[in-house]
Amino acid sequence: MTDPTIPVTEDELHAYVDDELPAERRGDVESWLAAHPADAERVAAWRRMAEALHARYDAVANEPVPPRLDLELLDRKPRRWILGAAAASLAAFLAGGAAGWVAHGAASPPALLQNVTGEALDAHRLYVVDVRHPVEVPGDEKAHLQQWLTRRCGRTVQAPELEATGLKLVGGRLLPGPTGPASFLMYESASGERFTVYATKTAIEAAQMRYTTQDNAAALSWAERGVGYVVTGGTDRTRLTQVARLVYDQAERSGG
Amino acid sequence: MSAFRQSVEAMIPALRRYARALARDMDAADDLVQDTLVRALRSERLFLGGDIRSWLYTILTNLNKNRRRSLARRPLLMPLHDDNPDASGTEAEGRDIERALATLVEEQRAVLLLVVLEGMSYREVADIQGVPIGTVMSRLARARAHVRAVIEGERPALRRVK
Repeated sequence: MTDPTIPVTEDELHAYVDDELPAERRGDVESWLAAHPADAERVAAWRRMAEALHARYDAVANEPVPPRLDLELLDRKPRRWILGAAAASLAAFLAGGAAGWVAHGAASPPALLQNVTGEALDAHRLYVVDVRHPVEVPGDEKAHLQQWLTRRCGRTVQAPELEATGLKLVGGRLLPGPTGPASFLMYESASGERFTVYATKTAIEAAQMRYTTQDNAAALSWAERGVGYVVTGGTDRTRLTQVARLVYDQAERSGG
Repeated sequence: MSAFRQSVEAMIPALRRYARALARDMDAADDLVQDTLVRALRSERLFLGGDIRSWLYTILTNLNKNRRRSLARRPLLMPLHDDNPDASGTEAEGRDIERALATLVEEQRAVLLLVVLEGMSYREVADIQGVPIGTVMSRLARARAHVRAVIEGERPALRRVK
């Protein structure tokens, strides 16, 4: 038995509401509440709060589970699903065009990838118009650039070879990303069109490739092995896909 | 399907409820649940018995913490006028509780939802958050006081405490 004359603490009031109070103390708390209307009102308010939470959110648990949370589906190819997520979506993108691809990847972009993409688009717009100082380290110092970015970003940064699509490395910059430093590489074709490759560590292990356009720029973003990549260029989708595919393949081969 | 998978699958509806209340945005919430499931399936062999339910809630809670960190730079936008006189009482009440949840500090929101909505014991929540029970209780007390103040239209305390 507990002593009913011991004042009831706030912790005990919470424990009472949450059924965490030792059974022998419940009676004491009830007598206390009968004698202390302010505490009784608090307890009543907490109970109403609980009811409101259940009224608002219990329905979510009764909704049909969306297909993308189907365990069989997530489970079918556990490793490939993780490592090949971006590759698979790129293939679907190439095969089906944007409309088909959007339907295919009907799930919303993970918020993290959205953030990374937003940063990359901002950086692209800011620096791509810069004629005199688009980069910090020029492309003819590629070895130094890669070393520097690798050291500062804490992961291997390799500037992909994009000559196959007629793009030459202009150089690179270090930028602040949403969760840490980001590497930013700029490429240019003979005709002056510019593409940028933005990459930063992210909490997403892997994410499907997604397409975004904003103003006059378009971006393909994905995540692989904890690094988020965004390739940004003009709105020519076929061209952007070509470039992104080269970046993707080389990142895959070098392991990040 | 293995017993492990069956247990995980049985938890999906409750995880979605928790994630929705925690993240507030339906798509972000299901992203959280999907990432939790992928992580759980990958770790099946690492899971050496114990409470699958607590374990899944732990993964989801941690993933949300990471997500919040990356959102921290985004301003929290709140509607200026969200009073709809035509709304039924339940709807208005649902909006009130949603709005109040949105103003809570992340850890406090998680404690409130785990205890009140998901029916977890203080001990389980302490394990999920990796803190002593005393910390769980003080977070719970602050969450309740804050939500009550918001719902009752008082000016919420501006102090940000653990």
